[in-house]
Amino acid sequence: MSEAIANLKSYDPFADTGEEADLKVQGYIHIRVQQRNGRKTLTTVQGLSADLDQKRVLKAFKKEFACNGTVVQDEDLGEVIQLQGDHRLKIQQFLATQGIVSKEKIKIHGF
Amino acid sequence: MSMNEDKPIEDPENFDFGIKKKKKKKAVPDFDAPAVTDQDDVAETNCAAEETAAPQEGEDPDNMFADLKKKKKKKKVTIEGEQGAEEGTPEATSSEAFDFGEKKKKKKKKSDMADFEAALKDGQTQEEAQDGADNEAAAVEKEGGDDWAGSARDYTYNELLHRVFNVLRQNNPDLVGDKKRYTIAPPQVMREGTKKSVFANVVDICRRMHRQPDHVIQFLFAELGTTGSIDGNQRLVIKGRFQQKQIENVLKRYIMEYVTCKTCKSADTILTKENRLFFLQCESCGSTRTVSAIKTGFVAQTRDARKAARANA
Repeated sequence: MSEAIANLKSYDPFADTGEEADLKVQGYIHIRVQQRNGRKTLTTVQGLSADLDQKRVLKAFKKEFACNGTVVQDEDLGEVIQLQGDHRLKIQQFLATQGIVSKEKIKIHGF
Repeated sequence: MSMNEDKPIEDPENFDFGIKKKKKKKAVPDFDAPAVTDQDDVAETNCAAEETAAPQEGEDPDNMFADLKKKKKKKKVTIEGEQGAEEGTPEATSSEAFDFGEKKKKKKKKSDMADFEAALKDGQTQEEAQDGADNEAAAVEKEGGDDWAGSARDYTYNELLHRVFNVLRQNNPDLVGDKKRYTIAPPQVMREGTKKSVFANVVDICRRMHRQPDHVIQFLFAELGTTGSIDGNQRLVIKGRFQQKQIENVLKRYIMEYVTCKTCKSADTILTKENRLFFLQCESCGSTRTVSAIKTGFVAQTRDARKAARANA
């Protein structure tokens, strides 16, 4: 009985969950921090629009924040910029002042 | 790092709903608007230097947290000078300085006046979150009451406002925004060893928020970019070093996203899952909205992860 009811609202379990699309379509830029060993941290910038040259952005970041970093190729998220140290606020400010994205489109995660 | 911690939480929402509400409150008594603002300004400029900083702080509640302590100290001195009755309250608040009362503070900003009323009523004045100017005004009013009724001097805006609220509360108490504040016990976070943190009262906090611990924990891990587990005593062991304040910030964000109703700001909501979508249903206003699923996003591979991968291979 209960099985029948559960079957009523059926969905295709193999359908695309849309999660991957979500990450790109929403247009948010996610800035995250990760802890490394000791008091070291890593900042990642995910979701920069594809028509930007990530390498150039990275270069600007590196110069601006005086840190090192790389562009990481992720399977579902595309290119992600990785920077050494916690630069979340600085990145947000930088992106906003450079007119790359508006502040509302930036989501800062982490503690 | 600790200096930046406050900022990421800074949410445009906080900011604008504070302002909005305030305006609304001001509109309650039937005065013509320009006069209202004028007098308010005057009142504010009259106050001492510390008070002039107050409007700014009102705009950014998180900054406010930062110098909360300092301000309170000052406040205490001024209030004591003015009035004996008030004396006890700042002390009471200082004991609550570590109270993780985000919601409460937000409400404060929402309706300073109503709040003052509430405080008067149940005697638990928590002035710390109030704007300095309002605070001052409140203190003045308290002594003043309806003083001007008999005397020759003109009434001030604040006195009239106070009177309106008094009358309103006497006649129909429902209209005065005297809601229960949303508070949550502060997270108890301690270090276990050098690389793990223990969040002892997760379950308790989840219960208070009426959320599944799983959901909260998932959010915590996604935001902090780490992993962890629940140990035998229902404590959450998180990988990485985290302080109470950091966890608090993340919890605040959780509450903002998944607990408060966006329509009425009430925290009395339930989270249900239908067809893979999370719905937040408000118990007090009945509105329903979807909330985004928790996504971990990109997690950079750390040295440890690489090591572990190599060990497994």
